[in-house]
Amino acid sequence: MLEIQNLCKVFNPGTINEKTALNNLNLTVNDGDFITILGSNGAGKSTLFNAIAGVFLADSGKIILDGENITFQPDYKRSKYIGRLFQDPLKGTAPHMTIEENLALAYLRAEKRTDSFSRISRKEHEMFREQLKLLEMGLEDRMNTQVGTLSGGQRQALTLLMATIVPPKLLLLDEHTAALDPAAADKITDLTKEIVVRNQTTCLMITHNLHQALRTGNRTLMMSDGRIILDLNDEERRTTTVDELLKRFKEGASQELDDDRILLSSD
Amino acid sequence: MLHIAQTALTLGCVYSLVALALFVSYRVLDIADLTTDGCFVLGMALSVSAAAAGHPFLGILLAVIGGGCAGFVTAFLQTRLGVPSILAGIVTNTGLYTVNLMAMGWSANVSLLKQSTIFTMVRDLGIFGTWYQFAVVFVFAVCSMILIRWFLSTRLGLSIRATGDNMDMVSASSINPKFTIAAGLILANCFTGLCGGLVGQMQKSADINAGTGIVVIGLASLIIGETVLNGRRSITRNIAACLAGNIIYRFIYAVILQTRILPIECLKLMTAVIVALAIAAPTIRANLAVAQRQRRETD
Repeated sequence: MLEIQNLCKVFNPGTINEKTALNNLNLTVNDGDFITILGSNGAGKSTLFNAIAGVFLADSGKIILDGENITFQPDYKRSKYIGRLFQDPLKGTAPHMTIEENLALAYLRAEKRTDSFSRISRKEHEMFREQLKLLEMGLEDRMNTQVGTLSGGQRQALTLLMATIVPPKLLLLDEHTAALDPAAADKITDLTKEIVVRNQTTCLMITHNLHQALRTGNRTLMMSDGRIILDLNDEERRTTTVDELLKRFKEGASQELDDDRILLSSD
Repeated sequence: MLHIAQTALTLGCVYSLVALALFVSYRVLDIADLTTDGCFVLGMALSVSAAAAGHPFLGILLAVIGGGCAGFVTAFLQTRLGVPSILAGIVTNTGLYTVNLMAMGWSANVSLLKQSTIFTMVRDLGIFGTWYQFAVVFVFAVCSMILIRWFLSTRLGLSIRATGDNMDMVSASSINPKFTIAAGLILANCFTGLCGGLVGQMQKSADINAGTGIVVIGLASLIIGETVLNGRRSITRNIAACLAGNIIYRFIYAVILQTRILPIECLKLMTAVIVALAIAAPTIRANLAVAQRQRRETD
């Protein structure tokens, strides 16, 4: 279970570019939740993910994962149990290393004992092969290929596998299909659902696709101005139409626009 | 002629250790580590001073450890104190000048007269004839290359490679980049120190200024090797390129020395030009291609 209490983050405090990215945000995510998150640009979605992943330290507030306060834990330690995918498929893999080497790095997280000088074992090799087969992209026959030569869709699929090969306590998906062509995006979306359901992974997914937001997972949040302005559970989502959601979305967005206008006119 | 070839091969083998160190820092970690010059002299100073006191083997070991310590200082400045990587190397390098003087008993050079070195010990075995120096450095070079190749496919080695390849993914893979950068720089400077230690005992002397330009020569031979062997295609090739490139560089050096095509004083300038051109080559080629196309299409 993930608990976020009164989380605040202000960028460039005290300057003309001051921006409240997270404004006293509270959120409880239950185990097994698959939450989709909506919000206009600048609503604080990615900032929320960065705070959870530990990219920066929040100004105030607490982040508690499975009863452990991780607010001050550095990002590389959190990544032992928080998996993350970005919009940019190039971000999650090392281009000059082979598919197998990339998977071996991801699998490091499974190590209880840290034997720095061990190499990829035959057993692990077979396990990587089996996992790659599940992607149905033929990557299992190209394990010694450098990742830099793969397509964006293939790289994102590999990144997804790397993030989940050791099932994380929490999976953060930051518009991870937005930079892909429609066919690849569908494929990655299907793979994501399949993997999340199979592993019962608790998952947060940012998306700009309102249909997808209502159809995927079991709960939908909408963010605006660093707050959660809408929290729909599974039942409520069934009775909500995309048009209603769009209306709320525009309200949230225009609120921000109005704020901007005030800012500009007061200059 | 044979003597020239022998010298070129010997120097090529021993200095390939610096190329190997730069391969780790510059290619694998993608960090220009300027600790190299001072670190080389540190290895030399420790090794020769210990040999002068009658402990040639301990000297080589001290050279490796000393090099590693120098690498650690650079890494510490860079990862823990936020000093930019190039500056961190320069700062360490400057500090090392004093440390090196200290290691040589506050004098600018130390010479070995009758004391034995690991080279004279191997010579006295009488197996290798006049090739005894080559035999020693060849064993060190090949063992180091095998060690590096093995290391880079271990988990720690993979983590270090990923750090240089994609910083974004590293912290998302539960790898601490501060640790991997430190490990990589320490490893690289161990090899630089070892090289200094071997060169010192081979020449039977250590000099405070012996390290000047070592980093550029190392880079030159790394790049020559990569070009000749098409070395950037795999790790194994790239490691082999360190040795091949250095031997080629030493042969060029020997030819210039013998034929006097160029005055010998020009050699450092030549080396600098070679390195600059080699690193600039992709950019120059791209610019030329654009210019050519432009000329064709405006006609």
